[in-house]
Amino acid sequence: MEKGTIRLKTGLAEMLKGGVIMDVTTPEQAVIAERAGACAVMALERVPADIRRAGGVARMADPAVIKSIMKAVSIPVMAKVRIGHMAEARILEAVGVDYIDESEVLTPADDRNHLNKHDFTIPFVCGARNLGEALRRIAEGAAMIRTKGEPGTGNVIEAVRHIRVVMGELRHLLSLPEEEVPGYAKELGAPLELMRVVREKGGLPVVNFAAGGISTPADAALMMQLGCDGIFVGSGIFKSSDPERFARAIVKATTNYNDAAVLAEVSEGLGEAMPGLEISAIAPEQRMQERGW
Amino acid sequence: MVEPLHIGVLALQGAFREHRIMLEKCGAKVTEIRRLPGGSPWGGLEMFDGIVLPGGESTTMGRLLVDEGLLEPLRTCGQAGMPVYGSCAGLILLCREVEGPDGALIEQPRLGLLDARVRRNAFGRQADSFETRLDVKGVACDMEAVFIRAPVIVSCGPSVEVLCRVEGPLGPSPVAVRQGRVFATSFHPELTADSRFHAWFLNICLAWRSAGGFPS
Repeated sequence: MEKGTIRLKTGLAEMLKGGVIMDVTTPEQAVIAERAGACAVMALERVPADIRRAGGVARMADPAVIKSIMKAVSIPVMAKVRIGHMAEARILEAVGVDYIDESEVLTPADDRNHLNKHDFTIPFVCGARNLGEALRRIAEGAAMIRTKGEPGTGNVIEAVRHIRVVMGELRHLLSLPEEEVPGYAKELGAPLELMRVVREKGGLPVVNFAAGGISTPADAALMMQLGCDGIFVGSGIFKSSDPERFARAIVKATTNYNDAAVLAEVSEGLGEAMPGLEISAIAPEQRMQERGW
Repeated sequence: MVEPLHIGVLALQGAFREHRIMLEKCGAKVTEIRRLPGGSPWGGLEMFDGIVLPGGESTTMGRLLVDEGLLEPLRTCGQAGMPVYGSCAGLILLCREVEGPDGALIEQPRLGLLDARVRRNAFGRQADSFETRLDVKGVACDMEAVFIRAPVIVSCGPSVEVLCRVEGPLGPSPVAVRQGRVFATSFHPELTADSRFHAWFLNICLAWRSAGGFPS
């Protein structure tokens, strides 16, 4: 019997496909998310919009908060650690969460290195803005990838940019003659062996979700149409005027992303989405997507 | 020329693509089910020679089965004898009773076609997920078996045949079962390269179709 294999790590992500993972900060919110059809929850002390507002250093959540959420629901529970923070990751592993997000939403702990994620039994998800970043994270052991987008903004434009870049670079890689692959690997800063795995498989070897700015059912459907396997919604649910309804509507839109009639039906009379932020209003050094190396 | 078998794979959430690839590799035609195809008292589901319920999150699928009005028509198909196979969350959806990891009954939408009680996340959380090799009686020897936050059957009626057991926290527990033409596994053959389980299921579907299939 074997535990912690790459197949078990990527396999759990496969089971989350077509689903919505929701940020929650209390057991009550977790129950609302589960009832609405979330396929997993991300346990946090603050949603990204509040982290952005609070400023300062954002760290791993209090294990007591995470444990209370694990107790409240039967679906998988994820939690975030700072980029490169091995000790926080070991703490979350000891707490027993189902997935760890090495996340740019928190303040990075290491300005050069990400975690060696192969070294853990618990699987990791990481953000990526392009194929090189995605493959570097996979080389470090990430079993799931998500777009970075720009968290806490309610503005989908960065997530769209990131998935378009990843898909475009994937198409380019698949079209190259073999002798041009090493040069392209160098250009992307991606490991050559993984570039070959992608070519053999015809796509990324792990699941790729959308994250960072998704706040309406239509946003979720858009990201699925662009080729994402599922959706993370951070501030979009519990910063909206009617969280339960928003949660249900986004779940249904993610399943039926190609069915405009269903999308129209779930978008009707939803109430106010979370307040949005124009990206140009955020100073470049304040943009979370710039974190990660 | 013989028509290929036509299998409906529930595609509300989860690893439906992997089942699709596996079934197509075995020569079947696959349609993903997100809503009722419509057009008959059976909701159009009678066009299928068999149904597969994939792994994923059973609460998510249950919620969407109710929302889409798929629960009753799928149950009716199973009751009419259509072959049904569920892996992991699919197994949970098939069972008559569902309990949590602590043994307490959970009320969640399900088909209830299998006379069995299932315990969700019976081995524990993701850290306790595991891979092993198993003999599944009448199906295949030495199969790779991937258990991810897997359920096990804690009790079942006399009509349920146990095809395989695994040592778990509750002792040797059923992880592959059959009741007539309803099949369920705690593990995920669709995550391996071994298509023997799917090929075997398709044989059952073929036998059912040859014997007349759906009652008209």
